[in-house]
Amino acid sequence: MSVKVELSNVVKAFDDKVVLRDVDLEVNLHEVVCLIGSSGSGKSTLLKCVNLLVPIDSGEILFDGSVITDPSVNPNEIRQKMGIVFQAFNLFPHMTVLENIMLAPTKVHGVDKLEAHELAQNLLLQFGLLDKIDEYPDRLSGGQQQRVAVVRALATRPELMLFDEVTSALDPELVAEVLGVIRGLKDRGMTMIVATHEMGFARDVADQVCFLDDGVILEQSTPKELFSNPQQPRTRQFLQRIVDAGRL
Amino acid sequence: MIAAASTVVVIALVLWWILSSEAWPAVQKQFFNPTNFREVWPDVVGGFWLDIRMFLVAEVLILGIALLLAMIRALRGPAFFPLRALVIVFIDLIRGVPIILLILLLGFGIPALQLKGVPTSPLFWGVATLVISYSAYTAEVYRAGIESVHESQRMAARSLGLTQMKALRYVLVPQAIRNVIPALLNGFVSLQKDVALVFILGVREGVREAQIYTAKTFNYTGYIAATVLFLLVSVPVARFTDWYTERDRKRKQAVGSG
Ligand SMILES: Nc1ncnc2c1ncn2[C@@H]1O[C@H](COP(=O)(O)OP(=O)(O)O)[C@@H](O)[C@H]1O
Ligand SMILES: [Mg+2]
Repeated sequence: MSVKVELSNVVKAFDDKVVLRDVDLEVNLHEVVCLIGSSGSGKSTLLKCVNLLVPIDSGEILFDGSVITDPSVNPNEIRQKMGIVFQAFNLFPHMTVLENIMLAPTKVHGVDKLEAHELAQNLLLQFGLLDKIDEYPDRLSGGQQQRVAVVRALATRPELMLFDEVTSALDPELVAEVLGVIRGLKDRGMTMIVATHEMGFARDVADQVCFLDDGVILEQSTPKELFSNPQQPRTRQFLQRIVDAGRL
Repeated sequence: MIAAASTVVVIALVLWWILSSEAWPAVQKQFFNPTNFREVWPDVVGGFWLDIRMFLVAEVLILGIALLLAMIRALRGPAFFPLRALVIVFIDLIRGVPIILLILLLGFGIPALQLKGVPTSPLFWGVATLVISYSAYTAEVYRAGIESVHESQRMAARSLGLTQMKALRYVLVPQAIRNVIPALLNGFVSLQKDVALVFILGVREGVREAQIYTAKTFNYTGYIAATVLFLLVSVPVARFTDWYTERDRKRKQAVGSG
């Protein structure tokens, strides 16, 4: 199995606050890695580092075996191979669904308008959103907006998808439709790193689960292992809280 | 209804007070003389038409140049530091000098150098100074607009692989402009009056024509004619700005609560 993404000794601090401490992580091709951990443990920061939205202080991140955290690397080229979906959707409010999706293919990848339009239509059809193609984001439900955000990220044909708590801002009844989309991507072999609070989802879909605690990957194993037989007291504590909240 | 009635009463009282005062006949002769008005009107209108054209040309240039300055100022990272610093210095310097001083400096100063290939027309330098000065102010208006767009929009754009310039152009600036249209309209009103400042270079715009007439006749009716013309344009624009701002506010409220 080939390694798609590799983090080694990644350290990141905001001013004096260390947010990632010597993080090591390997994500294989076609694999889904879920990041769990309480709020503030560094999940979002880790994803943004992989995407080069946040520069790291030391260590290395490799993508397809080459170092991408080197100053000589053009971050725009790396980002073109990855898609990220955020908790707050972050669709562009002044553009229609179609325009949101076509922006990166046409302005970054140089795909011509007709082809980009066709691609957008195909993707929207697959995700059950074709009738929303000319709507503005504020006319869509949260679940629809988040699915459009996924489509927008997929329109650049990424090799890696990053999901940052993409269901946390949704009403409970809309969570399933978005998680369903991610499951669908797994079936198609997409490599993904998914930060989530949905433990049931992590248990079903993940190949590996990482428990982050205060910027450290405290425990990492298969979902079966991690959920049924957690080794670290902190992991047990975290899972217990989730169980108590009725979310597992 | 009450507002309209009370307005009429107040205006009537003020008019009655003015017209019945002892000084009124002299004031009328000096400022509101129908004969003088008829005599000066065509020249002032001709000059005012130049004001309007200067305004239109300058405004178009200002909107474009200011946007470019604001976009450069919004670029991040050490690579763009020199460019950014240059823009900040330019904006600070221009905003720190009275506009009338800039007009004198450029309008009289540069033609006096008699450089080859450099225009010497006071009209050219007058408008150029207005463009330079207003671009600095307007760039700050745009900047406020760009900064008012949430950081997550920039991040989303960058995550799709857009360069900083493309993120600004396609994502941040279109949203920013919507937020600052009222401020830009206020700038229009202000510039529409400030174009008259170039009269100091001898450009024969509206105020200059009125001044020439007054110097000849010792009668100020020409200034009143110019005043009327400026008000005819600026008051409607000011009303429109208010109307637009109000509509915009209501629309935002509707979206916010819906
Ligand atoms: N831009 C930033 N500036 C300063 N501190 C930040 C910034 N982003 C995140 N942090 C801090 O880093 C820590 C980890 O945040 P984050 O990665 O968002 O955690 P999580 O996604 O697991 O909730 C938090 O303490 C947060 O306050
Ligand atoms: Mg987070």
